[in-house]
Amino acid sequence: MTKTLCAVMLATISTIAAGHAADLPLPVAKPAVSQEVVDNYLKATFGKAPPEWQAKIVPDEAMKVCSSYRNEPPPALAEKLIAEESNRVVLPADGQFLGDWKSGAKIANNGRGGQFSDDADTVNGGNCYACHQMEQSEVSFGTLGPSLTHYGKDRHYDPAEIKRAYIKIYNSQAVVACSNMPRFGANKFLTEQQIKDVMAFLFDPQSPVNK
Amino acid sequence: MRAAAIAAGALMLLCSMGVMAHAQDNKDNGEKEIERYRAMISDPMSNPGYLAVDRGEVLWKQPRGANNVSLEQCDLGLGAGKLEGAYAKLPRYFADADRVMDLEQRLLWCMDKLQALDTKDVIARRFSAPGRASDMQDLVAFIANKSSGMKIEPQLSHPKEKEMAAVGEEMFYRRGGVMDFACATCHGEEGKRIRLQQLPNFSKPSPQAQEAMGSWPTYRVSQGALRTMQHRLWDCYRQQRWPVPEYGSDGITALTLFLNKQAAGGDINVPSIKR
Ligand code: HEC
Ligand code: HEC
Repeated sequence: MTKTLCAVMLATISTIAAGHAADLPLPVAKPAVSQEVVDNYLKATFGKAPPEWQAKIVPDEAMKVCSSYRNEPPPALAEKLIAEESNRVVLPADGQFLGDWKSGAKIANNGRGGQFSDDADTVNGGNCYACHQMEQSEVSFGTLGPSLTHYGKDRHYDPAEIKRAYIKIYNSQAVVACSNMPRFGANKFLTEQQIKDVMAFLFDPQSPVNK
Repeated sequence: MRAAAIAAGALMLLCSMGVMAHAQDNKDNGEKEIERYRAMISDPMSNPGYLAVDRGEVLWKQPRGANNVSLEQCDLGLGAGKLEGAYAKLPRYFADADRVMDLEQRLLWCMDKLQALDTKDVIARRFSAPGRASDMQDLVAFIANKSSGMKIEPQLSHPKEKEMAAVGEEMFYRRGGVMDFACATCHGEEGKRIRLQQLPNFSKPSPQAQEAMGSWPTYRVSQGALRTMQHRLWDCYRQQRWPVPEYGSDGITALTLFLNKQAAGGDINVPSIKR
């Protein structure tokens, strides 16, 4: 699970600053069966779903790379992917990264949204607890991601760390190539305000995450 | 009566699960409860999944469809009507259909070809709900049970079987949807969990994969129903934030064959009973 973490932060910041655009499409690994055959199976399996649902599983360049390399792209490609994804990060226009931690706690706990069983008017949740430990008193947490307890406190509420975390949540692929974490902002799953609220849950000194 | 005994058993099981949750502060007590729970789930008399087995047997033998014949002449891969060990080797290639099929696809095929039964209603009831029985779930319970005690034997010699397994692997790693999830996101590493639910790793052959695949179909206590692999993968695609997968479609069969490949040699013990 070592994924070029070191080069990542530097690349992220430098590419955002330079507005650098890498070339597309990224090369993909050679599969055991042709893409055409796989596509036929996908059509047989999901072809009767509503068109807007089918559109959701058409992979973008990053997901093509991650799928074909089983989430372990070669380093040069990983760097390129990070650069591409960094270009897609939109930071808050007002320069504010932190919203309301109480509403952020609810978003972190809410696993609804995006499922075919959800109503159309379901408010999307971040489902952070599915993968992360956060507030220490919450024992029902998953382990697909690292623990985030005392996240802000451990980082001394450093503004650079705050910006970095915002980028991570907005587009996890801009930080770690082929991260298992969803791209909440880039995929328009959470709104800017929701991301700010979740950020406050991590970084507000009053938040139970930092107690 | 068997039904009453099973109902009582299920109640006891639910109670013991409750006790388990409260026994965490007392380790000895907790371990004893887990032992008791294990003994119970391997006891056919306390697993309501066996009611589905019984109903499935009736359905298997019942003349139905325009041809008014039973499914007893249906060939599940080992010859017409041969049930012992058939499930252990499914999905597999069927020459008469020139396709690889899992048990559910094959049953639908036999209903259509043998019985001339209109499967629309059967498909509409593919997953049971309160007050809505599922012929498919019951038939799978009955037929799979005839492979209990045997080992998972994925069939990978025919070119179409090889293709299925390869596509299954591609689909396992295929990321997409609003959360960029693939099967591998949740089942790609050892010892992970989502919230408190343990996630078996299917990325390589392992005893864990064997245990998981050898335990389906299973009676889900939380759903009060016997569930098949078709339902499990339907539910996983839901959690994956993907579109609804078509019941009995080739993609689900491809994934099932790939998973069975990772679970080859695993002991089949079904219907099992789970949370
Ligand atoms: C499906 C799993 C998953 C979900 C859901 C998820 N994450 Fe993550 N997250 C990860 C993984 C895995 C990492 C580890 C690094 C990597 O691969 O990107 C991570 C890393 C992080 C980090 C960086 C940690 C560090 O090392 O400094 C932050 C911050 C974070 N996640 C916040 C969140 C928040 C907030 C949410 C919810 C809005 C969330 N995550 C939802 C899987 C997830
Ligand atoms: C977002 C998470 C997630 C994704 C994505 C996911 N699963 Fe699962 N899967 C689960 C959970 C959680 C369970 C256990 C459910 C339970 O215990 O109630 C599970 C259970 C299973 C089981 C049964 C294991 C057992 O021991 O009984 C199989 C088989 C399985 N998944 C296969 C898949 C396949 C194949 C895919 C892709 C099509 C997939 N899963 C995608 C979360 C997921």
